[in-house]
Amino acid sequence: MRVVAAMSGGVDSAVAAARMLDAGHEVVGVHLALSRSAATLRESARGCCTIEDAGDARRVADRLGIPFYVWDMAERFQRDVMDDFVAEYAAGRTPNPCLRCNESIKFAALLDKALALGFDAVATGHYAQVVERVAPDGEVVRELHRAVDADKDQSYVLGVLDADQLARAFFPLGDTTKPRIREEAAARGFSVAKKPDSYDICFIADGDTRGWLTKHLGEQPGEVVDAGSGEVVGTHQGAYGFTVGQRRGLGLDRSALDGDPRYVVGVDAPTNRVLIGTSDLLGVDLLTADHARWCGPAPTAEVRVGAQVRAHGEEVAAWARVDDTDPEVVHVRLDARLRGVAPGQSVVLYEGTRVVGSATIAATDRARVTAG
Amino acid sequence: MSAYLDHAATTPMRTSAREAWVEQAQRGGNPSSLHTSGRAARAVVEESREQIADALGARPSEVVFTSGGTEADNLAVKGTYAARHRSVGATRLVASGIEHHAVLDPVQHLVRRQGAEVSWLEPDRCGHIAVDDLRAALDGAGPDSVAVVSVMWANNEVGTVQPVAELAAVAREAGVPFHTDAVQAVGQLPVDFAQSGADLLTVSAHKVGGPVGVGALLARRDAPLVPLVHGGGQERHVRSGTLDAAGIRAFAVALTEAVAEQEVAAARLTALRDRLVTGALGLDLGITVSGCWTAGDATGRLPGNAHLLVPGCEGDSLLYLLDAAGVECSTGSACQAGVPRPSHVLLAMGYEEAEARGALRLSLGHTSTESDVDAFLAALPAVVERARRASGAA
Repeated sequence: MRVVAAMSGGVDSAVAAARMLDAGHEVVGVHLALSRSAATLRESARGCCTIEDAGDARRVADRLGIPFYVWDMAERFQRDVMDDFVAEYAAGRTPNPCLRCNESIKFAALLDKALALGFDAVATGHYAQVVERVAPDGEVVRELHRAVDADKDQSYVLGVLDADQLARAFFPLGDTTKPRIREEAAARGFSVAKKPDSYDICFIADGDTRGWLTKHLGEQPGEVVDAGSGEVVGTHQGAYGFTVGQRRGLGLDRSALDGDPRYVVGVDAPTNRVLIGTSDLLGVDLLTADHARWCGPAPTAEVRVGAQVRAHGEEVAAWARVDDTDPEVVHVRLDARLRGVAPGQSVVLYEGTRVVGSATIAATDRARVTAG
Repeated sequence: MSAYLDHAATTPMRTSAREAWVEQAQRGGNPSSLHTSGRAARAVVEESREQIADALGARPSEVVFTSGGTEADNLAVKGTYAARHRSVGATRLVASGIEHHAVLDPVQHLVRRQGAEVSWLEPDRCGHIAVDDLRAALDGAGPDSVAVVSVMWANNEVGTVQPVAELAAVAREAGVPFHTDAVQAVGQLPVDFAQSGADLLTVSAHKVGGPVGVGALLARRDAPLVPLVHGGGQERHVRSGTLDAAGIRAFAVALTEAVAEQEVAAARLTALRDRLVTGALGLDLGITVSGCWTAGDATGRLPGNAHLLVPGCEGDSLLYLLDAAGVECSTGSACQAGVPRPSHVLLAMGYEEAEARGALRLSLGHTSTESDVDAFLAALPAVVERARRASGAA
């Protein structure tokens, strides 16, 4: 097959490209320029957008002897990922930009351009597995599964891919642990073998999300309100800087409160209020989520799943069903209450290691009666 | 076998130059040394200097060897600015807006870092700089306020040839040194330093079939220059550093050959270029030629330059698809961190950003054949169709 290997300049995508080549595919390396200020040099590379990253990717491609191109997707990234990120926070939600990037950049803009240019698929360095299974009707179905390396598993951020996208996706690292990938990179002589992992949001260089949002949204002073009493117990400089479950940085007037720790239990964008409360207010077990995406066929009845609401969060047993009237909406009943679930987060549903699909949490609640 | 249509980037080394290069590299010797091998190397350098001067209508003492065209351009712009700033208090530069970055960036450096001012000469739709525009730029200023005028002999992207002798005459009249970057012109057009009236002229070895890493600035003996590179005082104290005898030898061999063949080459390349342009225009793909092209014209546009605009395509998609089809060419413009940007030359000529995005430069040289051109023309329809789809997809 003719495959575009998306090369960020990191160790994972380098080995992924090499493995695709070893598997006999015709491989072309593509680095995505996602920032208009790509020419700025940054001290510590954190993942996606520096000139060093593009250079590192090129070095690997040269070493592999494959063609290498930089594709400018900065405009699209700005619109679909960064602007969306800002708008979501402004609306009081907590988005995950990596899912948006996979959904609209890597497996949409990049994949579409690759297909148009005559390629068959895109390969990335994500830790996840695609398993091919023969369905009863004889058709080969591609399923998305968790990676072997549980610590590095990135199936969560790929939960937005539909069957068509999966049919064109390769994740050559899913069967290997990260330490082995580093060894392999070193053995292949890649200069990026020891390059540090990127953890943070790639477009927020210093990791200071609140500071970055302040630059984009400005200071918006507002009230911090006790969810129980309705009393104003403090002030803040922008509700967008808070996320459900957060405990630090609330700037509370301690004397007004008893000794129990307080958490953010809600962010009300229209009134610019941050609601706080004690930990017992944090647990939720009912999720309503929209923007549903299915990695295979959509469930037709209520199904038993494992639900994960954060990139490296725990999986909780749950029941999930598609809304009777809106196929984009999913209702999830968790077996046990989960703390720190914020609207805007994605809930990814698993059946064993298989990713069933994902949806964006719109509302959370507590069941009055424990589900039987 | 791929068709190499990127001679303006670099052209394959001539066999004679490669042989001379290796031969001299095996001999060794520092041309500044006083002993036997040093003297032998010095003789090679000086003989080469004479050949280069002879081929370009210059005197041997006017040849200043550099590491290539970029260094020669930098020396011409910054070295002259420094000298004239010191001697007569000049603070202004005059340059065309379609210069190569090797001129553009030194000018911008002087503006940003050293408080210089600049008057840009903007081209017409063909890429021509008007002599009257230069006159106006110099008339408005006092004779000592302008440090240097720099207008390239022929443009590296669209191949437009400038009226260098007329421009140089206007500068001379105003008492301002005139520099011309002739990197693309030498070998394709008759280039005579003395006749041109220029004070400074840049030439590069690897564009005429010599090695990368060597070039020269032709500088009149009275051209004021402050060195950029200080050291052992080589090259009339204007450009220090041990002379690269092997590179210089190969440069001289290649240049001599290229200039000797110029007339024949120009006719041959013009015919090939016209075959390419006519063929591309005839494909009914909406392709246009940038700048001005007339079949048979070997003097207004570089004989080896074809520059096409393919509507609805991204240049980088075209490059990839052509490369995959065995045709090597370029968009002609520089990349920023690997991301192709619309060419400053096309924008200066008045093209829209969207038009400039689908630019394709095909440049022919001494190894080009009809089959190279035909390979390109054969690949083009499918490539354009694909690139248009990709442009719609992304």
